[in-house]
Parts: sequence; structure tokens; C-alpha cells
Amino acid sequence: MNEMNVKKVIECLLFFSEKPLLPDKISEILAKGQEGMEIDSREVEQLLIEMGEEYRNRDSGLQIVRIGGGFQMCSLSECAPWIRVMFKSRITLKLSPSAMETLSIIVYKQPITKAEIEGIRGVDAGGVLHTLLSKKLIRICGRKDVLGRPLLYKTTQKFLQYFGLRDLLEMPSLEEINVE
Amino acid sequence: MAYQVKLETFEGPLDLLLFLTKKNDLNIYDISVSEITTKYLEYLRMMKLLNLEITGDFLVMAATLIQIKSKMLLPSSDEDEDELDDPRKKLIERLIEYKKFKEVSKVLERKEVSQQDIFYRESPVSLEGEYVLEVSLFDLLDSVKKVFSAVAQEEVKNIIDEEIRVEDKMQDILYRVEENDYVSFSEIFSKSAGRQEIVVILLALLELIKMKKVFARQASLFGNIRIYKANNYLKETEEEGVREIIEKEEQLVQSVVENKIDYGLSISGAESE
Repeated sequence: MNEMNVKKVIECLLFFSEKPLLPDKISEILAKGQEGMEIDSREVEQLLIEMGEEYRNRDSGLQIVRIGGGFQMCSLSECAPWIRVMFKSRITLKLSPSAMETLSIIVYKQPITKAEIEGIRGVDAGGVLHTLLSKKLIRICGRKDVLGRPLLYKTTQKFLQYFGLRDLLEMPSLEEINVE
Repeated sequence: MAYQVKLETFEGPLDLLLFLTKKNDLNIYDISVSEITTKYLEYLRMMKLLNLEITGDFLVMAATLIQIKSKMLLPSSDEDEDELDDPRKKLIERLIEYKKFKEVSKVLERKEVSQQDIFYRESPVSLEGEYVLEVSLFDLLDSVKKVFSAVAQEEVKNIIDEEIRVEDKMQDILYRVEENDYVSFSEIFSKSAGRQEIVVILLALLELIKMKKVFARQASLFGNIRIYKANNYLKETEEEGVREIIEKEEQLVQSVVENKIDYGLSISGAESE
């Protein structure tokens, strides 16, 4: 199977996937779908990057972005007004300031307990954590081995997608942040 | 002519302190405690006047400020320790840390805004016909029995009574179903330690099925049950059938709860031996 056909298959996979696809996963799918389609994940990644370039070069309304180690197809931001009309969702919901603050703390301190978050923010975090959990931006990842065995929270893949982050390293380091 | 009044809303006492230092041009690293305390109390008084709710957090901060202020008024017993024992140190550290995260949240907010113009595929394409059998509660219970028998061999006496909440387990299952396309029934229980946890996980699973957040399918008789995330693909006619099944399941759960011993659920009995 030549390169052109492999790209076609990958394009389809990206088009139908609701979440970022890891090159590993794509390589696995390719091999399972047809014999002789064994392409290692590094090569798949190269193809994905090339495809991203091709999309840009031909002025497509779609783009291929990297999220948390995976690749996903999405629309260009300049097409947003029309997509909103189609989906009839002109109102965009935003996270509350307290949700934002709590997320910021979890991003840098994860895994972290509720009490630790409250220590930094100085206010109760129960309600906010619940909202973030139900939005699947954070998840419970275990318990801390201290008195009371409190739950630990961390950010999810959905978090990366929501903020369009390739990975957590894309966030500025805490030292870089100017408090003046 | 109408007046427009805009009040700053604060996320908490630290937020208010940051606002006050900025408004009064105070150096965050060298706060004048008496000044900030006065301003802070003034603000609380104003909040009271405006009938705004003042939560306990704000009062705790007020008390902390007054404590620091009084400490600084007292003569220090040892001159050398002056630098180290600055009573403000802890508060300043907290303020700076909080401010950093506040900045981060602005970064996130900008990303949120730009990301909201980008759309991803959402509606899943469901692959029907892959799995044939609907699973009834009986199949689920049967599988639970298997799980119990696996655990029973390595019975450990628990001293610490861990509180495991159904809500947490529901979140956990939902997350796992979301992450992968499905989870197998045995996988859900794979990490669980004790009977209590298994029971809670089962209850969580049943609750999710009842809420139609997930559904369970089985490829063959006695095969492994897979838990899928429910999308809106249940058609209305199907829903009625499902409702019937749910009613039956509810009755069954009731009878299981009443006859705990049948499935070895009586924890106290088993462990006091």
C-alpha cells in the first residue's frame, strides 16, 4: 500500500474520531485493518505532521492539531461564526473565575487534595471541584496517604482539549509568571 | 439618568487583599500591615452595609491581619530573629502564591476564549450490530458473584473503615468509559480491594445504567460484559423496553439489598470470625 492511501485512511480516522488519536493507536488500527499495513508510530507521526502541512497549504477549513500527544481534526477559528449558526449555539459558556483559579492550581500542583487547594485559595473548593469533575476537566486519581486519606485530583485529556494545549508543558512555568 | 454601579466581586479574602494592595499602591513584598488591616476592615464594613454576605473566610483573614498587627506592635524579645520572624512572612508568601495562580488563570482564560472558536467532532458514530445481547441485571449479578469468589480467597481483615462513596465510583466509571470506548466488567473491579468497595462499585454501575449514562452489552452468553458510554442512540421505542427492564432491575436490587447474606455481603458477620 502506498503512502497516498495510508494518508487517506489516516484522514478518515481523524475525521471520525471524537478524541485525539495517538500515533501508536493509529499504527495499531492500520495493522489490524489490513495485512501489510504495518507502519510504526514514528512514521505515522511524520505522516500526520505532513498532513497538517498539506491542510495549511491548501487553505482548508479544517486543521490537524496536537493535543496531549495525540492528533485531532478540528475547524479553523475563522469559521466559528457559521458553525455557531449551524449548531444554533451563539452563546458560548465560559468557566467561572473560581473554576479558572482552581484549575490553575490543579495544573501546577497535581495530584492535589481539596484541602491543599483551599489552603492556596483561602476559600471552600467543594462546589467548584464538583463542577470541574462533572465537566470532566479534572478527575479523581487516588487518595493521599495522610490522615483522612483525602482524594487526589488531576487534570484530564479533556482539559488539554478545552484549552487547546498540546501538553501541560505548554503552560508557562510558575517562575516565569510575574507577580509585580 | 440612571447610575450604573459596578462592584468588584472577590473570590475570597486573598483576592480582596490583592485588590487592596493594588488599589492603594502597596508593595506586596513589604506590606504595611496597619494600613492594609484598616482598609480590609473598612471594606468588610462596606460589604455589611451593602448587605453582602460575608463568609467565615473573610473573618478569619481579618483575625489573622489583626493578629499580625498586634504581634508587630509588641517589642521583639530577640533582636537577631527580627528578620526571620517577620510575622507577615507567611501571609506575604500566601499572597504571592495566590497571585501567581491568579495570573495563570488569566492565561487559561485567554486560551479558553481562542479555543471556543474551534470545533471538534462530537456526535459519535455508533457501531451497531457488533454486540448482540442486551445484558440483564441477572448477568451483572452473576459476574459480581464471580468477582466475590475471586476476592474471598485472600480475605484480609480491615481495621480502617474506608469510606467509599458511590458518587466517586460513578465518576470513576464514567471517566474510564469516556477515556476508552468501553470498559469490561471485570476491569472495573480489577483494582478494588475489599468487598465493600466491590459493592459500592456495583451500586455505582447500576445507578449509571439507571440514569442511562452507560449501558452494558455482552457478546455471548457467559461472555465478558462490556460497559459503554450511552449516547442518545436509544430510540424511543427502545426506551420503553428499557424502562421495563429497569423496573425489573430495581425490584431485584431491592431484594438483593434485603438478602445481603446470599451474596456474602454481610461484612460484619464475615469479619468478626
